[in-house]
Amino acid sequence: MKRFWGFVLKEFLHIFRDPRTMLILFGMPIVQILLFGYVITNEIKDIKIAILDQSKDPVTIELTNKIISSGFFILDRNIKNINEVEDVFKEGNVRQVIIFESGFGRKLKREGTANIQLIADASDANTANLVVHYTMAIINDFVREQNKLTGSPIQFIPEVRMLYNNELKGVYMFIPGIMAMILILVSAMMTSISIVREKELGTMETLLVSPLRPTQIILGKVTPYVALSFINAVTIIVMGNLVFGMPVQGSIILLLAESILYILLGLSLGILISTITKSQQNAMFISLFTLMIPTILLSGFIFPIENMPKILQWLSFFIPPRWFISIIKNIMLKGTGLMYVWKETLILIVMTSIFFGLSIRKFKIRLE
Amino acid sequence: MALNINNINKSFEGLQALNDITFSVREGELFGLIGPDGSGKTTLFRVITTLLLPDRGEVNLFGLDVLKNYKKVRQLVGYMAGRFSLYHDLTVEENLKFYATVFGTTVEENYDLIKDVYCQIEPFKTRKAGKLSGGMKQKLALSCALIHKPRLLVLDEPTTGVDAVSRKEFWDMLKRLQKKGITILVSTPYMDEASLCDRVGLIQKGNLLSVNKPENIIAEYQRELLSVSSDNLYKLVNDLRNDEDTHSAFLFGHSVHLTRKDRQASAKQVIKYLKDKGHERIYVKVIKPEIEDCFMDLMHEEDEI
Repeated sequence: MKRFWGFVLKEFLHIFRDPRTMLILFGMPIVQILLFGYVITNEIKDIKIAILDQSKDPVTIELTNKIISSGFFILDRNIKNINEVEDVFKEGNVRQVIIFESGFGRKLKREGTANIQLIADASDANTANLVVHYTMAIINDFVREQNKLTGSPIQFIPEVRMLYNNELKGVYMFIPGIMAMILILVSAMMTSISIVREKELGTMETLLVSPLRPTQIILGKVTPYVALSFINAVTIIVMGNLVFGMPVQGSIILLLAESILYILLGLSLGILISTITKSQQNAMFISLFTLMIPTILLSGFIFPIENMPKILQWLSFFIPPRWFISIIKNIMLKGTGLMYVWKETLILIVMTSIFFGLSIRKFKIRLE
Repeated sequence: MALNINNINKSFEGLQALNDITFSVREGELFGLIGPDGSGKTTLFRVITTLLLPDRGEVNLFGLDVLKNYKKVRQLVGYMAGRFSLYHDLTVEENLKFYATVFGTTVEENYDLIKDVYCQIEPFKTRKAGKLSGGMKQKLALSCALIHKPRLLVLDEPTTGVDAVSRKEFWDMLKRLQKKGITILVSTPYMDEASLCDRVGLIQKGNLLSVNKPENIIAEYQRELLSVSSDNLYKLVNDLRNDEDTHSAFLFGHSVHLTRKDRQASAKQVIKYLKDKGHERIYVKVIKPEIEDCFMDLMHEEDEI
C-alpha cells in the first residue's frame, strides 16, 4: 500500500510540475465552458422577424413589444397581407413571421383563447427550432403575466411545447455536452499520455522490473486523474450554475456518482489506448480522433441524434458520451432519479468493465 | 553460481538478436559483457531481468527460473537501463525516494549501501534530474538501482555518454560495491573497460565469442603485433589493408596496429612496402597486445567466417 501511495505522489508531482498538463486540466474546462456558453447563448440574438398583425389591439401591440424588446429578435418589417409571407422568406433576412389572427384581443376577452401562428424559415432547421421555441417562451411568459394581472385566466394553446428547458437555452444543451467531452478527454487522453511517457522515457522498464504489480502501476497512474477529473466535473457544474444558471434539479449525489462512473470509463479507455501506442504523440492523436470527434459529432452534443441517418444512430449507441449526456440531462434538467437512468447507467458500467478487462489483459508485464 | 544462462535464442522479426548464448556469472563476480552497438547486449540483459521472453533457452538466477519466477526475480535484481530510467521533472531526492518506496524500502534503511555513490550528488539533491550532467545522472541511476539492496546488479551501458573522469570514478564505485558482496553484470561498448572486470564475455551480432579473464584473453593472443605510423595516417591504413600479407590493420589513436598473415612478421618488410607506397617518417615497433587488440582479432576472425 505504501508503494502504491508513493507512486500516486510521484504522479501528482508530474502533473503539478508540467504547466501544459495543468493548463489542459484546469484551463481547458473553464475556457471551453465560457466559450461554448457565450457563443451558444449569443447564437440566437438579433434574429430578424416580421409581424403580420391582423388585429392591432392593445394585447397584440404589447406582446409584439415584449417579443422585440427581449433582445433576441429585431423587427424587420410589419406586413399587411398573408401573401407577403413567402416573399419575405425568399428575401432571406427574416427567419420568422408571427401572425396574430384578426380580432385577437376581443377573442381573448370573450373566449379566453386566441391563436398565434409562428412560421419559421426551416432551411436552417436548428435555428428555426430555436427561434420558434424562444418565441414560445416569451409568449408563455406573457400569458403568465396577464393571468396574474387580470385574475381572469387567459390561454394560448401552443402547437409546440418544450416540456423541460422551456426557454430552450442553448447553454443547457451544451453544458452536459462539454462535461462529457472534457471528462473523457482529460481522463482518457491524460492517462494514456502519462503511461506512454514512461514507455518513451524508458522508466517503464524499471517499473516493470520493480516488484510493483501491473495493477498497482495502472491504479497508481489513474488515481490522480480520478481526483482531478472529479474536480473538473464539479467546476463545470458550479460554473454552469453560477454563470449560466444551469439548474441541478435532481440529486447532486447521483450526478456526482454518475460523473465518477463516466470518469472511470474514460480512464479505462485511456489505459487501453496506452497499451496499443508507443509514443505520446500517437496516444494524443488516437485519443483526439477516437474520443473527441465522435463525442462532438455523434453523442447528440451538437447534432440531435434523431436527425441522423439510421446508420449513424446505430453507431451512436457505441459512443459512451451519448449515454452520459442523456443521464446528466435527465438529472440536471428533469430532476429524475436513478429509476429513470438505470439503463444508461448499466450501459456505462458494462462499457467500463469491458474496457478495464481488455486493458488489463493487454497490459504487458514485459517489454514486448 | 549467481546466474546461469543456457542456450538463449531470441529473434526479432526474423533477425537473430541472440544466438545460443551460454555462460554463467559467479557469485560476487564483476562480469563484463563487451560488444559494439547492436550486438545484442541490451536484449540479453532484458531477458535476464524478465523484461523479454527468449524464444528458447533457460535463465537461472540464484536458483530461480527467471521465466517462471519473474516476480521473485524482480526483487533480487537491480537494473539500470541504458537510458538511465530517471524522471526528469523530479528532483534527485524525489527520484531516489520514489524508487525506494516502489521497492518497499526507505532511503535511510539502505543509505550505507548507496552512500558512496549518492554522497557525490547529494549536494544537488534539490535539482531536477533532467538538469544533471551525464555523470551525475549515471550516479543517480546507480543509486536508484541499488536502493533495494539487490543481490545482482545489472547495468546496461552505464558509461556510455559519460566523460572519461566519471567513467573512471564509476568503475571504482563498482569495485567497492563488489566488495560488499553484490554480483555485478555490466555491459559496455568500450573495450578498454574490459580489463577492469573479473571476467568478460565478448558478444558480436548475437554470438558470444569468448568468455574469459581479461589476462587470459591477452595470453591467448597468438599473433605478433606491430605498431605502425607514418606521415599520412589515413593513407597508411588503406595501404596496409591492401597489402596481401596483411591479416588485419586497425587504427588505434595515432598509429596502426598491424598483424601479418605469416605470423612471424618482419618489420623490415613492412617498412619496405610502405616506402614503395611513398610514405615518409615510417615508424614500426613490435608491441605487447592490449585487450582491445585481442577483441579486434576475435571479432575480425568472426567476420571472416
